[in-house]
Amino acid sequence: MSSTAVDTGKPARDAPYQGPLLEVRDLHVEFKTRDGLVKAVNGVNYSVSAGETLAVLGESGSGKSVTAQAIMGILDMPPARIPQGEIRYRGQDMLTMDKESRRKIRGQKIAMIFQDALSSLNPVLTVGFQLGEMFRAHHGTSRKEAKAKAIELMDRVRIPAAKERVGDYPHQFSGGMRQRIMIAMALALEPDLIIADEPTTALDVTVQAQVMDLLAELQAEYHMGLILITHDLGVVADVADKIAVMYAGRIVETAPVHDLYARPAHPYTRGLLDSIPRLDQKGQELYAIKGLPPNLLRIPPGCAFNPRCPRAQDICRQEVPKLFQVTGPDGAELTGRQSACFFWKETLDDA
Amino acid sequence: MTPNGASAIGTTVPEEVAFQQEVPKGEPILEVRDLVKYFPLTKGILFRKQVGAVKAVDGVSFDLMQGETLGIVGESGCGKSTLAKVLMNLEAATAGSVRYKGEEISRLVFQDPYTSLNPRMTVGDIIGEPYEIHPEVAPKGERRKAVQDLLDVVGLNPEYINRYPHQFSGGQRQRIGIARGLALKPEIIICDEPVSALDVSVQAQVINLLEQLQSEFNLSYMFIAHDLSIVRHISDRVGVMYLGKIVEIGTDLEIYDHATHPYTQALLSAVPVPDPAARADRDRIVLVGDVPSPANPPSGCRFRTRCWKAQPKCAEEVPALMARDWLRDLAVHDSACHFAAEREVDLEK
Repeated sequence: MSSTAVDTGKPARDAPYQGPLLEVRDLHVEFKTRDGLVKAVNGVNYSVSAGETLAVLGESGSGKSVTAQAIMGILDMPPARIPQGEIRYRGQDMLTMDKESRRKIRGQKIAMIFQDALSSLNPVLTVGFQLGEMFRAHHGTSRKEAKAKAIELMDRVRIPAAKERVGDYPHQFSGGMRQRIMIAMALALEPDLIIADEPTTALDVTVQAQVMDLLAELQAEYHMGLILITHDLGVVADVADKIAVMYAGRIVETAPVHDLYARPAHPYTRGLLDSIPRLDQKGQELYAIKGLPPNLLRIPPGCAFNPRCPRAQDICRQEVPKLFQVTGPDGAELTGRQSACFFWKETLDDA
Repeated sequence: MTPNGASAIGTTVPEEVAFQQEVPKGEPILEVRDLVKYFPLTKGILFRKQVGAVKAVDGVSFDLMQGETLGIVGESGCGKSTLAKVLMNLEAATAGSVRYKGEEISRLVFQDPYTSLNPRMTVGDIIGEPYEIHPEVAPKGERRKAVQDLLDVVGLNPEYINRYPHQFSGGQRQRIGIARGLALKPEIIICDEPVSALDVSVQAQVINLLEQLQSEFNLSYMFIAHDLSIVRHISDRVGVMYLGKIVEIGTDLEIYDHATHPYTQALLSAVPVPDPAARADRDRIVLVGDVPSPANPPSGCRFRTRCWKAQPKCAEEVPALMARDWLRDLAVHDSACHFAAEREVDLEK
């Protein structure tokens, strides 16, 4: 496994640029539909540094996947449109740069892992061919060499008997193994950043544990940034460094992982955490956030969460809350903690 | 979010004996003995011959008590959904018996509402459809009223009776399914992954509804799911399935805190805990490999190929589902392992 692209350390990574690997600033995404304009993402800000894991937590329709797709440039435009915002990779805005430089970043520097490996892999090509394609397309590697590299990658993600299985088709692998192939494919060009969109949701728990462990291990080894998009509070608690909670296309709270679970500063986060069944609540009613997530065609005025919020006041129905910096009892700013709630202080004190 | 397989809420009402004699709480309302379901594997086009069978459910026995919730957990392919289908007579059992209140029953009425909400039918027609087949439950003139009552029971506005399924959200559609399941006033409801396709904030609402209906109508639930924390919350007893067999069954406390089967222990340890503080002292058993094919399960104990405790005996002898006499206290419950033992947790950690 020596002279290969897979394990040659990280020379290209130590570029002079200091600061976050990826920064999303005030990103907006909307979709034109027959029923009107769907505002899927309404001003999202987040950043990831090398070696860091950011978990983006949200329910369906919260805009978490659309944000990722905008970063990867795989949104269908139209109907999608990015009316404003910046996506900065190492300080350069990818939305304004020319097509060719953008193409070099997407895929090579930023790779994505999808939830459904079976539909993301081509069913009529062998996995070895698809893995090798990465090298052939980006580095012009010969077929033979590409195949050797494919085997190496499969070894790297611990697929047993990689040499024998390199000629197999995707359907011949189990779900967990397919997800490993997806990971191998994302790793092939040694990206700086991996975006994993619900990577283990379709897997069983015992397999999920294997795949998450593998991902965490590879991330540490290559010192990659990782954006983990999920709705599973358990998975987040296990692997994330910091968390961004999304609701109706906006980030409602950001916090380091321990702080968020211990003392949420937004009623929505609080509600999510409270609705997890706990041991001491057995036989009692589960806490449930009332109502339903909003229709993105008709996002409620003011705070989008106000119709479901136990704390809602008049101001919440009139004014859109900005992301407030959360401070401790002594007035000192808590690093990385922001909440888009007018009553973040009360929510925090309640926890 | 993720539609994790099909969700279904099925209801069983024995056709002739619907809502008759009351069974006292604690008596078994459903007795399942040695239930087997094989799906034949055939070869050849003109002359089909059987070359094997997928042993989806292979000798499952359990009792469902009046008013209790029995949770069934297991990973995909373990046979839990096939078990539900066989119980609801959607699939004919290969062998075994299902007794309802002590009587052998030949035919059950079954509905599979969630997956089959006909998009061209109104909610009223969907929920009232069971009455077409069982007019004795609600005569024609009273149907509309009965359906509106059901909508009210599941927390939907009775005025929605003329709406169509697409006008509802996922959680509301699940409620429509539950309402239809309740139409014939069943005693047993089999819920197959009722909340897995729902968002976290909506899941809790449906779980609460199911619990509230249970106490209101004294229902017995079989709750099949892969989410172990939800199963623990709702279940009185829990059965763990692996490759077509129940490997361990007991009260929720016995299974979750005193599991004696290695598979149960591995399954529980793999569940991500929503508490970052617990990250450091997680003592996770990461299983190697995948579940073997149910067409060709390992000899002896089916879990032995992935088990760290496996001995030669495990390959030779199928372990019985019973309480071993060397176990004490809450570890005394049915477990299909020759070497059943509680997991030794290093307390100093």
